[in-house]
Amino acid sequence: MSRSDVLVDADWVESHIGEPGYVIVEVDEDTSAYDKGHIPSAIKIDWKKDLQDPVRRDFVDKTGFEALLSDRGISNDDTVILYGGNNNWFAAYAYWYFRLYGHQNVVLLDGGRKKWELDSRELATDVPSRPKTSYTATEQDSSLRALRDEVIAAIGKRNLVDVRSPDEFAGRLLAPAHLPQEQAQRGGHIPTAKNVPWSKAANEDGTFRSDDELTTLYRDEAGVDFGKDTIAYCRIGERSAHTWFVLHELLGQPNVKNYDGSWTEYGSLVGVPIEIGDGK
Amino acid sequence: MSTDGCGAPAGGVTITKDAAGKEAIVEGHVLRDGTPVATGYARLLGTGDEFVAEVPLGEDGGFRFFAAPGDWTLRVLAPGGVRAEYAVSADIGQITKVEVAV
Repeated sequence: MSRSDVLVDADWVESHIGEPGYVIVEVDEDTSAYDKGHIPSAIKIDWKKDLQDPVRRDFVDKTGFEALLSDRGISNDDTVILYGGNNNWFAAYAYWYFRLYGHQNVVLLDGGRKKWELDSRELATDVPSRPKTSYTATEQDSSLRALRDEVIAAIGKRNLVDVRSPDEFAGRLLAPAHLPQEQAQRGGHIPTAKNVPWSKAANEDGTFRSDDELTTLYRDEAGVDFGKDTIAYCRIGERSAHTWFVLHELLGQPNVKNYDGSWTEYGSLVGVPIEIGDGK
Repeated sequence: MSTDGCGAPAGGVTITKDAAGKEAIVEGHVLRDGTPVATGYARLLGTGDEFVAEVPLGEDGGFRFFAAPGDWTLRVLAPGGVRAEYAVSADIGQITKVEVAV
């Protein structure tokens, strides 16, 4: 796996608009963004309604994922091109789902919706209709997902990468600065975690930094040991999906998991260790 | 309103004075020749240009951040290479208004 296998630019996407075998999918944090305008031929997946279990705190199971993709007209052989707002947070989150459930051909649009908009590229408002398919997912790939007990056991042993902002890491904020401050019972971070905010992996236009810059950022500056397994987390698992994409897909680190329970779970657990204060 | 995602709530949020009582809010609008800039982004940066948050501009050119108290840089990005910066201060219980002309 290399950068060119998983990351595409806007010119490439434009050249595949409407081409059979390619499905462009917008996954946005602001679920109304798609309705205001989207890449021509793109369909929408709602990260919350479509990708989350409606009752339990969990994401859709295999059957639910199969039903979703079948309903949206995505087949197993299609190349899925994901993009979204907020520097591709939720598109990376969806990308992680596609990998979890074994979809082979999935790529991310570098820069996502933001770069597309800033470049003044065409946006459409018509909603395409795709014939339903019969999608078959694999069982969830547990090598890509960390659950809470595994995270607790990893303290001091594996790399823990907290990708939230420094203020969230230190415990001064409980959520990103554009959201009301609520959710976890306690602020802070998992002991021994390195704080590498997701934003450091992205340029201002939302594109990913170069492989050399990313290696320097994680290995040389933050001290992430590339010889060890890694678990990334944030608040609810989408910013850390962005970092999982960087470490696992772009840099090719073999054992990287996303902890989607993240701080909203960990920061509310009874009895687990928490550190507060700035990163070291 | 949805507040359990990491992203901007659809359609924005309505802030009451009571809510501002425990928040340090920075909000405003981006206008070009008096017309709202609906396509663009507002970024909140800390010391040394440290990224803090980013939101897409609303239909009215609006943006809002729930910041920690302190001094921040607001950077606006919009099509056509627009890139403007402003120094702002936030404090608990206050709504700091920033009206941006690009």
